[in-house]
Amino acid sequence: MLASLIDTLLATLKDVFPIAAILFGFQLLVIRKPVPNIKHVLVGFVYVIIGLTFFLVGLEKALFPLGRLMADQLTDPGFIFGQGASIPDVVNWADYYWVYIFAFAIGFSTTIAEPSLMAVAIKANDVSGGAIGVWGLRIAVALGVAIGISLGTYRIVTGLSMHYFIIVGYVFVVIQTFYAPRLIIPLAYDSGGVTTSTVTVPLVAALGLGLAETVPGRNPLLDGFGLIAFASLFPVMSVMAYAQLSEWMSSRKNDKKS
Amino acid sequence: MNNAFLALLKSMLGSLRDLAPIIAVVVFFQLVVFGQPLPNMVDLLVGLVFVTLGLTFFIFGLEMGLFPIGESMANAFAKKGSVAWLIVFAFALGFGTTVAEPALIAVAAEAASVAANGGVIEQTEASRHSYATGLRYTVAMSVGIAIVLGVIRILKGWPIHFLIIGGYILVVIMTVFAPKEIIGIAYDSGGVTTSTITVPLVTALGVGLASSIKGRNPMIDGFGLIAFASLLPMIFVMGYGMVI
Repeated sequence: MLASLIDTLLATLKDVFPIAAILFGFQLLVIRKPVPNIKHVLVGFVYVIIGLTFFLVGLEKALFPLGRLMADQLTDPGFIFGQGASIPDVVNWADYYWVYIFAFAIGFSTTIAEPSLMAVAIKANDVSGGAIGVWGLRIAVALGVAIGISLGTYRIVTGLSMHYFIIVGYVFVVIQTFYAPRLIIPLAYDSGGVTTSTVTVPLVAALGLGLAETVPGRNPLLDGFGLIAFASLFPVMSVMAYAQLSEWMSSRKNDKKS
Repeated sequence: MNNAFLALLKSMLGSLRDLAPIIAVVVFFQLVVFGQPLPNMVDLLVGLVFVTLGLTFFIFGLEMGLFPIGESMANAFAKKGSVAWLIVFAFALGFGTTVAEPALIAVAAEAASVAANGGVIEQTEASRHSYATGLRYTVAMSVGIAIVLGVIRILKGWPIHFLIIGGYILVVIMTVFAPKEIIGIAYDSGGVTTSTITVPLVTALGVGLASSIKGRNPMIDGFGLIAFASLLPMIFVMGYGMVI
């Protein structure tokens, strides 16, 4: 336990080092002004490093092994077709229903715990003066990831081509952009990138690879990828939809009043 | 002291609530769907305590360290008025935070083995290594350029959707011409580049810039840097696949 803590601490330090070097390098050489509250900021950095270390070790100890085990169990043909049953050459996508449910549930729940999404949600709440709720945004993004990942697993099972999904998704995003409230658009585009980091990627990657390895006719190297892309595309839509929905609801409320 | 302790306890409860959905999903699937007991209860509980502690510290550090420094640097650059240095900084931040990103290193190695199996490159250790390294630098470069582009957009006040939609169109066109093996990796690479430390910093930088420049709205102009950082790698990785 102690060894893995120290290892992770060193790895986190290695990750943070270039960032800190750039920040403080520019601060000292280009801006040439002391950082306001430097002590406070440095303590904050130490907290971030300690926090990430504990977070990662904890995930590695508790959640990842279980999550990977589940991804393996769920994609095991013995579980899907019944013990000892023969695996058909062409699978029926509906047989994999537990996989889709798991993909949805794990996509939603890991996104709620994603630290970088919390950061963006806190900032958005700040900047919007509370108009964008921290929880509203997080739930909207999490729903987007959940839908994206379950659709992504469906794609792996059926072997459909990924770019059709992505292209249709793009067309949808473009159309939605013209109808969504203007204030939400940059945030919605951002939310695609923030969803997939520390918690979501390892679990989702295990699920995708497990599926691509066990579904007959799929190649793990070709079909195992792509879940992350789905998980980054759908939140863009769900966040815009969230804003559209809240706009619509508040305008209906106003209509009733007048 | 008592107050500080209460605040810590409160935010730990908050973190626990953030983690509750994952715990519920894992326990439900293990007990109900698979009908099996939870393995290693001790490890599980210790891990849970760690994750909760870690999340709490991270959020504290975020508001104490990462947000303030991102914003104070954005303000300082805006006051200094040197666009050139701001652009150098933006590039360094994007490139520097991405090139050593563990998720990217893993994806690049994976991509190299896909390419080797597909016969795109030779099936040797050396050629795989050089392919992976090239890919890594390509992605890091693209994130650097993305942040620069995003910063210029904030300075000029360009509307984001034309740039992003233009990027989408480029992705779609390139999908047609890029080798099949690279497409999945290219699409995924957009998602893996933005790490837990980069996101808050870059967000604070954007919002800080937009709030210190007259006529910019932090909500409309401040967000969007991450969007560029997830779009450009897709284009660059497909380009890399086409060139090699």
